[in-house]
Parts: sequence; C-alpha cells; structure tokens
Amino acid sequence: MDFEDTREEAEFRARARAFLEKAAPRREGTNMLYRAATADAGFIAQAKDYQARKADAGFAGITWPKEWGGQGGSAIEQVIFDQEEAKFGVPRGIFEIGLGMCIPTLCTWGTQAHRDRYARKALRGEEIWCQLFSEPAGGSDLAALRTRAERDGDDWIINGQKIWTSGAHYSDFGVIVTRSDFDAPKHKGLTYFFLDMKSPGIEIRPIKQISGASHFNEVFFTNVRIPDSQRLGGVGDGWKVSLTTLMNERYTIGGRAGVDVDELIELARKVELDDGPALKNAVVREKIADWYVQSRGLKYSHFRTMTALSRGETPGPESSIGKLVTGRKLQDMSAFAMDLLEQGGVVTDPALAPMAALFQQTLMTSPSSRIAGGSDEIMRNIIAERVLGLPPDIRVDKDIPFNKVPTGKKG
Amino acid sequence: MNFDFSDELKLLRSEAQAFLSERCPPSTVRRVLESTEPYDVALWKDMAAMGWTGAAVPEAYGGAGLGHLALCVLAEQLGAALAPVPFSSSIYLAAEAIAIGGSPAQKEAWLPKLASGEVIGTLALAEGPGMASLRRLRATVRGGQLTGEKMPVPDGEIADLAIVVAQGDRGIVLALVDLRGKGVSRKPAETIDPSRKHAQFVFEGAPCEILSGDGEAVLRDVENRAAILFAFEQIGGAQRALDMARDYALERYAFGRPIGSFQAIKHKLADVYVATELARSNAYYGAWALSKNAPELAVAAAAARVSANEAFYHAAKENIQVHGGMGFTWAFDCHLYYRRAKLLALTLGSTRVWKERLVSQLETANAPI
Repeated sequence: MDFEDTREEAEFRARARAFLEKAAPRREGTNMLYRAATADAGFIAQAKDYQARKADAGFAGITWPKEWGGQGGSAIEQVIFDQEEAKFGVPRGIFEIGLGMCIPTLCTWGTQAHRDRYARKALRGEEIWCQLFSEPAGGSDLAALRTRAERDGDDWIINGQKIWTSGAHYSDFGVIVTRSDFDAPKHKGLTYFFLDMKSPGIEIRPIKQISGASHFNEVFFTNVRIPDSQRLGGVGDGWKVSLTTLMNERYTIGGRAGVDVDELIELARKVELDDGPALKNAVVREKIADWYVQSRGLKYSHFRTMTALSRGETPGPESSIGKLVTGRKLQDMSAFAMDLLEQGGVVTDPALAPMAALFQQTLMTSPSSRIAGGSDEIMRNIIAERVLGLPPDIRVDKDIPFNKVPTGKKG
Repeated sequence: MNFDFSDELKLLRSEAQAFLSERCPPSTVRRVLESTEPYDVALWKDMAAMGWTGAAVPEAYGGAGLGHLALCVLAEQLGAALAPVPFSSSIYLAAEAIAIGGSPAQKEAWLPKLASGEVIGTLALAEGPGMASLRRLRATVRGGQLTGEKMPVPDGEIADLAIVVAQGDRGIVLALVDLRGKGVSRKPAETIDPSRKHAQFVFEGAPCEILSGDGEAVLRDVENRAAILFAFEQIGGAQRALDMARDYALERYAFGRPIGSFQAIKHKLADVYVATELARSNAYYGAWALSKNAPELAVAAAAARVSANEAFYHAAKENIQVHGGMGFTWAFDCHLYYRRAKLLALTLGSTRVWKERLVSQLETANAPI
C-alpha cells in the first residue's frame, strides 16, 4: 500500500509537468481558482490558445481512441494530467462540456466523417460545443422534454425551448435531444441531433444566477432547420444516445474542486472571537473536524478510484459519492465561515472581505453544485438503485403516450 | 498509486470472512450476549491456531510477522461478525503497548503468550463515568505497587494481564500487572453490549512493572494505532448493518410495494452508504500510516476514528429504523450492531475527544498528503 506512481506513470507525470511549466504560470497563495464570472472575448481567446498548445503537445483527448483523434491513453494518465494541471493557473471552463460530453457522444454515434470533421477542431479549442438537454419541463426528469422535432424532407424543424445551457452564447455547435413523437411513451419518442449554434431561428438569452454571473442560458428554437445527416442514432433512439452523454457528465462534473476545509482552517487562524482566535474555539474545532473527515475521506476515496484505474480496472461505487458530499460541504462550510466574521461576513468586496471574499462567493455559487449534473436527490437515488440494488422509483408515466402524461402548473 | 490491500491480504480477508460466517454467525454473538459466558473460548482458540492473534507480532516473539495491514484486514472481518472474543483488548491494546514500551525481558515474557492466545491482555484506563483525563487519574504506582480502581475494563473478567494507566512518581505510567497475582480483585460490570464483557477492578498494592518511555506518549501511540484497528472493526460492522437494512428493505412490503422503493428509505440508506465509504477511505489511509509508522499517524488515526465512530453508529441506528417495530425487538439482530456500535465508539474515547485530538494535530502537524 503506497501512493507512488508506477515507472510509466512517473514518466507521464514528468512530461505533463514539463509541458505545463512552459505553458502556464504556477498557482500561488490560496489555491482557489474561479472561472471568469463572464467568459469574455479575451478569456476565450486565452483559453483557446492554451487548449491548442495542450492538444499539440498530446495532452488533450488523452483517453480518446486514435480514430477520434485522441491519444489512446489510459484513464490514470488523464487523472495524472488533471492533478498536475490543477497546480497551474490555466484558463478553464469552456471546453469541458464539449470534450467531456458532446464529442464523445458524436464519436460514439456518428460516422468517421463526423469524427474527422469535428473532433480534432474541438480538441484544439477551435470550436466550442454546448449541450442542449434540460428544459423548463425536463430537469431531473430529463425525458419529460418537449422541444419538438418534425421531419421535413431531408431536414428536421425544431421548435421549443432549452434551459441551463452552459456556454450557449459562445458555442459554435451543440448537441440537442428533442421529441419527435408525442404519441409514443416518453422515453421512446426522442431523437438526438447536433447543430450549428449560428443556425437561423436560435435565440439565446443569458440567465442571471444568484451570484450575479451568467454561465448559462435559455435557448429558444423557432423553426430551426437541422439536416437529417446530423441525427445521431435512430429516430426514436434519442434516450439511448442521451445516456452516452450523461454517463460522461458524471465524470466531468464529479472532478470539480472548490473551497475546502484547509481554507476554513486558514480563516479560523486569522479571525479573532471574543476569547481568542476562532481556531481555539470548541464549536469551531468540532466543525473543522467534521469537514476535515469528509474532505480527506473523499480524497482517499479518489485514491482508491485511481488505484483501480492504475490497474486497468473499473473503479468501484465509491467514486459515486464525491458530488453528493462536496456540494453540501461547499455550501455549509461557506455559511459557517461567514458566521465567524459576524456582521462583517456579509461583505463581498474582495478588497474588504478576508481571503478575497472566497467564502461569500462560494455561498452564492454552491447551490448549483447540489443541483447541476444530477441533484443531491437524484444522486441518492443513483446510489440506492445502482450501488445498493434497491428498486427503481415507480414511474406512473412510463408506458403511456407522452401527450397523455399529466403535467402541473409549473410544467 | 497503489492504495489498496495486496492480493495476499485480500485472500486473507476472504478466508477470514468464510471462517467467521461459519463459526461466528449472529447466533454465536447472541449466545455470549444472553449468558454469563465471558467470550467464545473455542472460537478464540481456533483464531489463535490460525495465527490471527500473532499476525502482527514480530516473528522473534512467536508471531507471524505479517504486519499491521494483516491486522486491519482481520479487524474488518471481526467487526463485521461482531466476534465475541477479546481480540481488540489483547492484541490492539495490550500486545501493542508491550511491543512499543516493553523492555526486552517484558516482551520475551508476554508477547509470545499473547501471540499464541494463551494469555489474554487488556488496557485499563477509565475510572468510572467521565473523561479519563490523565491529570485526574487516581490510580497510583508507588514502589512497584499499584493502588486504585478501574472501571469499566474490557475483557477484565478473563484477562491474565493488564496494562494499567496510573500516576507514577514523575507523571503518567503504564503499569504491567499480572492479574493472577495478589492485590487484584475484580467483578463483572454490566454494559450495553454483554457480547463483550467488562469488569470492575480494585487494585490494592498489586505488584507491577512499569513500561519504559514517557507513559503519556506511549499511551497516545497505542491509542492512535488501536484507533485505526478499531476503525476497521467499525467499518466491518457498519457495512454489515447496511447490508442487513438493504436486505430487509427489499423483502418487507408496505402499501403494496417493497419499502426499499420509497425514497425516504432509499435516501436514508444512500446516506449510510456514503458515511461508510468515507469511513472506509479514512481507515485505509490510517492503515497506510500504521503500516509505514508514518509521521501522519496521529492525524490519520484521529480522522479514521471520528469517521468510523460516526459511520457505524449511523448505520446501526438506521438499520433499526428501517426494520421498524421488529427492529427494536430482542429477537431481531439489529440491536447486536447497535450495542456494538456504541460500545466501540466509547471504548477508546468518544467522538468529541477524538475530534479535539484531530484539530490539535492539524494545528501543529504538517498537513498530510
């Protein structure tokens, strides 16, 4: 039992580090990195430049097969690269959805011509992709979506609305799941496409979040045409294709880091309570212990997952707990950290608030980490069903035509 | 990255599991629980014969010298089976204390017998209800004689040997007492978990030897190492309680469907699963620190302890809840886990105490990897 790389892993790590040393500055101080609140043109240009260098050096698409334009490498190599990359100040956040979810789906279900045309450009950051799945009536219950696709000669005509689409406003292409048959049961009437985000009839409206930032959008479709050649999977097979995308989502989102107990300890050292530093207060100490145990429990669970990957095995179910634990920890720990600052805890000006308002920002962004990519409730269902083998929920809408499924006022 | 037990140890784990499922079903635990039988003597002898008691004792002292990772693997299975034997007292506590603080002669005298299971040892710290604060301990060693009271002492009824924590001439000492000698009286102390018997001791000038080294430092070291081994017992127990709840939730129907199809039950058990996995991962890190005697041992032990205390109690508590009314009957086995969970969570100090130790370590220690 040890934490050492194998010889091959150590060599790969050294190559990754050598590339990163040249490509980006090391991160300093509090090791937090926030995505730019709005991905402006300058940030996107910077991100594209870094992504191209990363691809040219052979560190993009590490686990992708060669036919996709990838490196044909192992999952452990991807983990090692991610670990090393996290130590550097690289612009992140605009390619993950495309490379993590959209292109793998396209490459799995599309033709070699599709792979040749789109995968390499996406890998080099030349084209950005978004994922058009959720709808006002289809969030956790994704298959309740209603965006309509109607066949018209060699095209399909799309009408409807998508929501929570990250990066739609700067994306070149998107993957979309639509309803092509309203008479079929809900999982059976779906069809999956990819499309040009500059197509006529698409309107994108940013959604302002609690934090004030706008990472995602509403996207409206009015008679948008998609050629049938951009259909992925058969007509009515959209649910099956969507599952390819969603299986990749868990990995992409599960890997996200954030503020952790180490920052809380740092704050508790600095803040003075009535009777001395907060770190000396019994209540504070108990909370720190709670979050430390969660934090390191997750870290060592990740080591167990890495061990499985390193041996070429499939990770065990312990890899499913990260998102559930992290979301709650981020939110509750931020709220507690602010309590230590008493009334001053409300201040969000980075010049006035300790640690550049890290905890205040996290309080405002963390609700999304308990919802996006599978809410806490959905994650618990997944653990209960897939890990513990408990029965799936009884679905009253499963076998009836979609247009007979009852909907609520907010549907 | 190789953060896992070796294939050999995984084999040991499945052998232990197979042996205990045959020799230590819940009915065996219940037999000890419901009687005055202090422990399952035959089970203990067979475990000793298989070399479990000597697994981590050096070969020079009659052990198998397999190292502490082997002990972790065995502990997990003993915990899952709720084995009614003095393994933790004799091996994690007494043998470890002598291995760390004993003189060559003391090791020679006791380790081979502890390794073979012929002698049963224990650690006596608590002096009644309340925190066993080293400043307030009243047991005293003067001129090689121990005087004082200890209660509750795990496996105290049957132990041949105790490491007794007491005040010496210059601070805390660990006194090695042959309990078969004079000046020792004991009687059973009833506890929440009679499948693991405890005793009340009165020492009146009992002859003793002092383990070498700073008593407090040796005690903390023993406790840290034992905390990791206990954590493996606890995750074994937590997993078994979770499995039991899951099985019942699949079999039991209410409102025309298995109760395991209700989200109130699914989400409850998902949370138990999460707590158990976090505890398992923290215990693994503890196992690594224990096997390497790493500088991170104290932090790793405290994190493993806190995590495992909470996970086993949580699992045992919710196992009763999922079983509904049947869960609090004597006839169902749920209470066996519930008792053991709380017993183990207090045997080596409460969650509160270990959280405090964890943060104290974090204040001073280098942050572990």
